[in-house]
Amino acid sequence: MSQFIVRSGPFTHAPTSVRATMGLVLVALLPATAFNLWLFGWPALFMFLATLIFCLLAEAGCLILAKKPLMPSLGDGSVALTGWLLAMSLPPWAPWWICLLGAIFAVVLAKHLFGGLGQNVFNPAMVGRVALLVSFPLQMTAFVSARPLGSAAAPGFGQSLGMIFGHTPWPDQVSAASALGYVKTELSRGVPVTQSMHHLPDLMDMALGLHPGSFGETSALLLLLGGLLLLARRVITWHIPTAVMGSLFVLATLFHAVDPGRYAGGLFHLLSGATFLGAFFIATDYVTSPVTKKGQLVYGCGVGGLTWLIRTFAGYPEGMAFAVLLMNALTPIIDHHFRPRAFGRTPQGDPLPLKDRT
Amino acid sequence: MKLFPVRGGVHPDYRKERTAEAAIVALPLPKALYLPLQQHIGAPAEAVVEAGQRVLKGQLLALAGGPVSAPVHAPTSGLVAAIATMTAPHPSGLAQPTIILEPDGREEWAALPPPIPDPFAADPAVIRARVADCGIVGMGGATFPSAVKLALGTEHKLDILLLNGAECEPYLTCDDRLMRERAEAVLDGARIMAHALGAARVVVAIEANKPQALEIMARAAAALADVTVVKVPAQYPMGSERHLVQAITGRETPARKLTADLGVVVHNVATAQAVREAVRFGRPLLSRVVTVSGGAVAHPANVEAPLGALVSDLVDFCGGLTTPPRQVVNGGPMMGQPLPSLAVPVVKGMSGILALTAAETNEQPSEPCIRCGTCVTICPCGLVPVEMAAFIRKEDIDGAARLGVQDCVSCGSCSYICPAHIPLVHFFNYAKGRLAEKAREARRTDRVRQLVEVHNTRLDKLAAARAAQAAAVEAARAEAAKATGATGQGGAS
Repeated sequence: MSQFIVRSGPFTHAPTSVRATMGLVLVALLPATAFNLWLFGWPALFMFLATLIFCLLAEAGCLILAKKPLMPSLGDGSVALTGWLLAMSLPPWAPWWICLLGAIFAVVLAKHLFGGLGQNVFNPAMVGRVALLVSFPLQMTAFVSARPLGSAAAPGFGQSLGMIFGHTPWPDQVSAASALGYVKTELSRGVPVTQSMHHLPDLMDMALGLHPGSFGETSALLLLLGGLLLLARRVITWHIPTAVMGSLFVLATLFHAVDPGRYAGGLFHLLSGATFLGAFFIATDYVTSPVTKKGQLVYGCGVGGLTWLIRTFAGYPEGMAFAVLLMNALTPIIDHHFRPRAFGRTPQGDPLPLKDRT
Repeated sequence: MKLFPVRGGVHPDYRKERTAEAAIVALPLPKALYLPLQQHIGAPAEAVVEAGQRVLKGQLLALAGGPVSAPVHAPTSGLVAAIATMTAPHPSGLAQPTIILEPDGREEWAALPPPIPDPFAADPAVIRARVADCGIVGMGGATFPSAVKLALGTEHKLDILLLNGAECEPYLTCDDRLMRERAEAVLDGARIMAHALGAARVVVAIEANKPQALEIMARAAAALADVTVVKVPAQYPMGSERHLVQAITGRETPARKLTADLGVVVHNVATAQAVREAVRFGRPLLSRVVTVSGGAVAHPANVEAPLGALVSDLVDFCGGLTTPPRQVVNGGPMMGQPLPSLAVPVVKGMSGILALTAAETNEQPSEPCIRCGTCVTICPCGLVPVEMAAFIRKEDIDGAARLGVQDCVSCGSCSYICPAHIPLVHFFNYAKGRLAEKAREARRTDRVRQLVEVHNTRLDKLAAARAAQAAAVEAARAEAAKATGATGQGGAS
């Protein structure tokens, strides 16, 4: 009877799979995505779908070139998640070619050139976003004010198709600056933060998401809802989100206390830009973040700190994507230096001393 | 009693309900018993009977083959049909010397050693000798000769005998049933062992998923001042020796040390019962309780089987297989060994026979690692499985060793939880095998070098002696020549 194949146990397995994990993250992204589709209307839907489809096509193309089977790679949800997150980090009305280039940067350059799923050093969606941002700063900062579906100001279906895939011009007076961008511009004109704050949506609207920004980042509350789902289902743990938001909040609050005219407050930093999206969905990307809890805390603090640094002192108003990529580069080093203590050993790896029991 | 937290672990689907309520039933005597000479860790036993010889129940068939070894006894009376090589219940499927016994059905007992009248007044050495003579080994699956482990008290000051009734492996209920049905016997055996060890207290650790066993054991222990029954959380691998000691005492066993260095020795509940039989009645280890379970078994049960009964006998007794199993396992599904076939005998360390369906094994093709880090979070040994596997995949065994692959207890938690279904433990067992091989190779090289050195020294000495002798001869000859020369000269002149 040699029908039993010999391999090491265990001969049972938890009902876990890559597909299930990725699927849960996609579900967690749904509330914020649905809200922002409503907020930014048809053009946003087309932009979102275009990005997703381009990413799937890029993945398929890479797999064919590498002579790998299309399944299960295409169906495991990883590329869908990359596309989804990329779309969420693009301006809501970005034209199709931005979506296409983003997909190529993210999937071909950041993922497959490094060896595919699990091998990439940098977060693919953030590589896509940053490559676009430095190449096409104009298109990548063309934010729009809210034009909810069903409202009179919302562009129609046909018009929206033309805006994303053709040359239909945008409706008038739609362009708007993101809160971070506005504060930065005003500051560069000599207007102190304390003053420019008055022209921004109030914190409640910021939390709800009723403010201009990238497609998926505006609703802190709904992103938090998704993040809590991920925490509850143990897809992620508290370490990275808490470290990212905690370090950002603490730094911003401290400096704000010192000079409120120069530095925006902690709450403002938390509720604007990609803080929630980044803390719960981007910095927590498995492949590019450390595997140990201690390492994740260090990494999260790095992301939060760098985000604040870039937002406050660099030329770009938003720094989450840069911060994530910079910390991605440090992940192997963090993993090397922050290993858990092995059972029966000191943190240095020597056997624990035997205590005298007499 | 205050418990201490243990790092990591998983909560597998326990699936114990299939046999938890099934009382222990005795297997009818099979047509033949197959008794391998190695059912334990250490040197194989040496047969002292011959083919054709009639033996009685409890008679010695094979003598312990060294200080770390265990004898084998006849589980029933009958005829030794042959001593042949036969497939052992080991994943390799290799054959090993096996005594084949044909029962005569008369169950005629041999003269047994007399009971030790008052074990608690007996010299620990007497109890150890009895346990050794009765062929008792660790019955939780480790199969280390129990007498050797009972001798730990001679070199260590021990406070606690920790009786392991955690039974953290899914499916298995043999220890659960034993505790429920023979609580007094188990506790008596445990107290005898504690006496032999010189440990003042017995702590019985039982996982929370066995409420009846907890209750019955606590009731049985109520009158015993030196015994405490403790409920430990159902958290795999709670039954791992070092982790259980940590949960109960808070003491963390240093790497490369024994729990005895911390004053604790761990024994399994089934071993305790066997020790009682040996000490109180002089009966050697002849049978054990085996949980026969898994989705492919018609009527899962807890079977008390004579050692040497074929696994197929037990499976047939349980109504046979309803579907072809995906995997047949010796032991629990987490740390058990794959069985090469059903035509292998029950041995002393076999706690379970599981015929698992594909749905139960949930084996999936491996996908790329997504570095989710779950294996790091749940590793009860504080290792980084994801990184060790990456090294081993590149055949960098030394790299994996630097990360502590040898500290891995192969509990299987990481493989169990991995969403990419990467067989991590398979990697680690491979690496441990390679490292052991390298260590053996190094020892051999060392030995050869030593021999060569000794050989060279001897040759040098020989050469030196020869040279000295030659010099002496030369000198003598020169002396003689001088003498003769002198005379010659004298003669010539």
